[in-house]
Amino acid sequence: MQTSHLTRLASIQHFNLIKRSLTRPTGPVLRKLIASDASPTTNYVRTTCEFRFASTTTSSSNDGQNSHDEEQKKKNITNLMYLAGAVTGLGAIYTIFQNRKSSKEKQDAVSAYDTKQLKSQHADDKLDASKKTLVEKVGDLQDRKLLAEEEQPVELSKTDLTPVIPSFAQYLIIGGGTAALSAFKSIRAHDATAKVLVISSEKYYPYMRPPLSKDVWYTDDDNLLNQYMFKQWNGQEKSLFVFDNEFYADVKTLNDEENGGVGVVLGRKVVNLDLKTSVAKLDNGWEISFEKCLIATGGQPKSLKVFQTASNRLKSKLTLYRGIDDFFALKKVVDSGADVTIIGGGFLGSELACSLAHRATENGKRGNPNGKITQLMPEAGNISKVLPEYLSKWATERVRDEGADVLTNVELVGASVVQDGKVSLSYIDPQNPKKTSYITSDHVVVAVGIEPNTDLAKSAGLEVDPDQGGFLVNAELQARHNVWVAGDAASFYDINLGRRRVEHYDHAIVSGKLAGENMTGAHKPYWHQSTFWSDLGPKVGFEAIGLTDSQLQTVAVYAKGKPTDEEQKRDSEGNREQQDVAPEATANDLKHKLPESKGNLDKDDYSKGVVFYLKENKVVGIVLWNVFNRIAIARKIIKDQQEITNFQELAKLFNIHQD
Amino acid sequence: MSFCTKEGNGKDRIMFLTKDDLSSPSTIRHKEDEAFDPWEPHGLILPNGSINWDCPCLGGMASGPCGLVFRRAYTCFHNSSSQMKGSECMSDFDALTKCFAKYPKLYGSKDKSNSPTDATTSALADGINTPK
Repeated sequence: MQTSHLTRLASIQHFNLIKRSLTRPTGPVLRKLIASDASPTTNYVRTTCEFRFASTTTSSSNDGQNSHDEEQKKKNITNLMYLAGAVTGLGAIYTIFQNRKSSKEKQDAVSAYDTKQLKSQHADDKLDASKKTLVEKVGDLQDRKLLAEEEQPVELSKTDLTPVIPSFAQYLIIGGGTAALSAFKSIRAHDATAKVLVISSEKYYPYMRPPLSKDVWYTDDDNLLNQYMFKQWNGQEKSLFVFDNEFYADVKTLNDEENGGVGVVLGRKVVNLDLKTSVAKLDNGWEISFEKCLIATGGQPKSLKVFQTASNRLKSKLTLYRGIDDFFALKKVVDSGADVTIIGGGFLGSELACSLAHRATENGKRGNPNGKITQLMPEAGNISKVLPEYLSKWATERVRDEGADVLTNVELVGASVVQDGKVSLSYIDPQNPKKTSYITSDHVVVAVGIEPNTDLAKSAGLEVDPDQGGFLVNAELQARHNVWVAGDAASFYDINLGRRRVEHYDHAIVSGKLAGENMTGAHKPYWHQSTFWSDLGPKVGFEAIGLTDSQLQTVAVYAKGKPTDEEQKRDSEGNREQQDVAPEATANDLKHKLPESKGNLDKDDYSKGVVFYLKENKVVGIVLWNVFNRIAIARKIIKDQQEITNFQELAKLFNIHQD
Repeated sequence: MSFCTKEGNGKDRIMFLTKDDLSSPSTIRHKEDEAFDPWEPHGLILPNGSINWDCPCLGGMASGPCGLVFRRAYTCFHNSSSQMKGSECMSDFDALTKCFAKYPKLYGSKDKSNSPTDATTSALADGINTPK
C-alpha cells in the first residue's frame, strides 16, 4: 500500500469512519484470533502488525524536515496506523465469517479435547502443561486439528441431491390408463432410447379396465383376485396389469438412463399446463418442463342430480364404478349378501348387472349370503344407444335370464337412507309421472357414463368440443405442435366417419398407439378403425365397429334355422389386440354358448346376426351379434364406403350360419 | 324361406335368412386396396424389408427394458442369410438371455401368462434351433 493512497483515503473524510471502526472491539477480536488455530489469519495479522511498526520507525527517522512537515508526517503516520488497524480489523471480521462454519465444530472439538485433558490430568502419568516438550506440544496441536477435521459435515451424494421427480421430460404423458400405456409402448418402439415420464393419478400402474365389469366377477378364486389376477373364459390366468412393475424404470434416474425407459409417477395430477413455456405443474407444486406431451386423462364417472345432495351415510352406500378399488369394495358388498341396484342401462351397467347377478347366484349355490341385483334405466332396453330398439329389448330379456331384475322406462327421482340403514330409491315412469314407485336396496352402483377430463384446457388454452366434449384435435390427434390427445378425452377427426369421440378400450389402444408414433415424428392420421365389444353374460356377446348409433337407419340380417351350436367366448381384450396373428390360432379364441331353448325357428329369435348402420345408403357401422372373428370383413366394408342396396348380398360376406 | 319385417316405425329393417339364402357367393365387390398403404398397420416385416418394432405381435418386447438388446438380436437373426438362420447371432442372443434374467417377472417363464415374450421367444428359439 502506498502512503499517498492512504493519505488520499484519509483526506476524503474517511477519518471519521476509521475512528468509528477502531472504537469497535477490534483489539479483543485480534487477540482472540491470535489465540485460536486460525493460522492464515494469525499470519496475516502478524505481517500487518509488523508493517505497521516498520512504517512507524522509517517515518520517524527523517530529520531534514520543517516542523510543519514533521507534524504533517506525524499526522500521516497516525492516520496510517488507524487505517492499517481498520483494514486489519475488517479483514479479521471477514475471516471470522469465513471460519464461522468450522469454528463451532472446532470449538466442540476443542472442548472435547479439553475434557479429555481434564480426565488425563487425573491419570498417574500426568504431565504439567508447562513442562511439556516442544514435540509434545506440536503433537497436541495435531490431535486438536484431527479432531476438528473429524467433525466435518456429511458429504451429500448426487443421489441425495437428485429430486424424486425429474424437472424435465423428453416425452411427458399425462394420465396412466390404456391410451397412455399404448402410447408409451409405441414411443419406445419408434424411439429406441426414449425417456418417457408418465404422471398418473391412479395408485396402480396401468391396468386393463374391461375385465373389471366382466372376467373378475366370474373368477371364483379370491386368492387370485387379491393378486390382481383373474381367470379368462378358457381358464387361463391373467394379470390386470399389462406389464409387470419390472417394465418401468426408476423415475428418479430416468433421465440418466442411457437406454431410456418409462417412468411412472403414481398418485399425482397435472393441474396446470403452460404451453408458452412447455411446463406442466403437478398438484404438489412441482414443475416439469417437456419437449412433447400427450394428454390421456380419460374421464370421470358421472353422477346423478339425485345423489349430489346425498348425505355422507348415503354416499357410503354409493359406488361410482370405474377402477380396481371400486371392484374390491363392491365385491365385498356383493359377497356380504347385499341387495345391489345398478343405475344405468349402458355397457357398464348392463355388464355389471349380468356379472353381479352371476356372482350372487354362485354365492347362493355355495350356501353363502346372496342378495338381489336390480338394474334401473330410463330407456326401453339395455344398450339402447347402440342397439336398435327391438334388439335392445331382446338383450334386456337375456340380462333377466342371468338373474338380474331389470326395470326399464324408469327415471330415478329420489334417494335416501331409511331407518334400518337401507337405501330407498324412488322412481317414476315418465309416461305416468304422477305415480312414484319405490325400491329398497343395500347399495347403489351408478353407471351413467363418464365426463372427459378436460380441466387442463383452460390453463393450456386448448379447445374443447362443445358437442361431444373432450379436447379438440385434428386427424393426427394433435392439439398443438407438441401436444397430442388420445383415448376417451380426445375429440378427433375421423377421415371416413367425421369428428368423433370414442370411449372404448380398443380406441384407447389404437389412438394411443397412433399418438405415440406421431410424437416420434410420424404424421399418420386416424385410419385403422377401432372396434368395441360387450358380453352380456356368457350367452350373449357382440363385436362392433364404426358409427353404431341406434338413431341411424339400420338393416339387420339374422340367421334363420338351427345354427351350429358351439361354445363362443372371448378373451379379456375382446380378441382384437393380436390383429396380426391369425385369428383362429390363439388359445384365447373362446366362444359363447347360444341359448338353445329360445326356439330357433321362432320369428323373434335374434340369437345370431349382423346389423348394418347406414348414412346415405352407405354402411358406417356394423354390429356382429353373436358372430365372431369377422371384424376384418366389417372393417373393409366401412373403409370402402360403397353404396349398398342389396343387404342379402352384403350379409353373405359374413357367413353367419357357420362359426 | 326367408322373410323381412320393419320395426321402429320403419327405421330398422330386419331380415331372417336361411343358410341357403346366404350360400351362394356374394356379388359385392370390395375396392382394391393399395399395395402399401402407409396409414394401415403392418405386420412384423414391412414391405421395404425393415422390422416393425411396434407390431402387436412383439407384445412390447422392443419397448421394454431389454428393448435395445432384443432389437440387436432380432435384427441379426433377420439379416442372417446362413443356412442355420441366426447361427452367427449367438452372442447377441446370449446378451438377450442375460437381459431377460435381470427381469424375471417381466420376461419370465410360461407360467406368467402376462409376459410379452412367450410368442416371440418361442418363435425366435424355433428359428434358431430348426435348421433351414
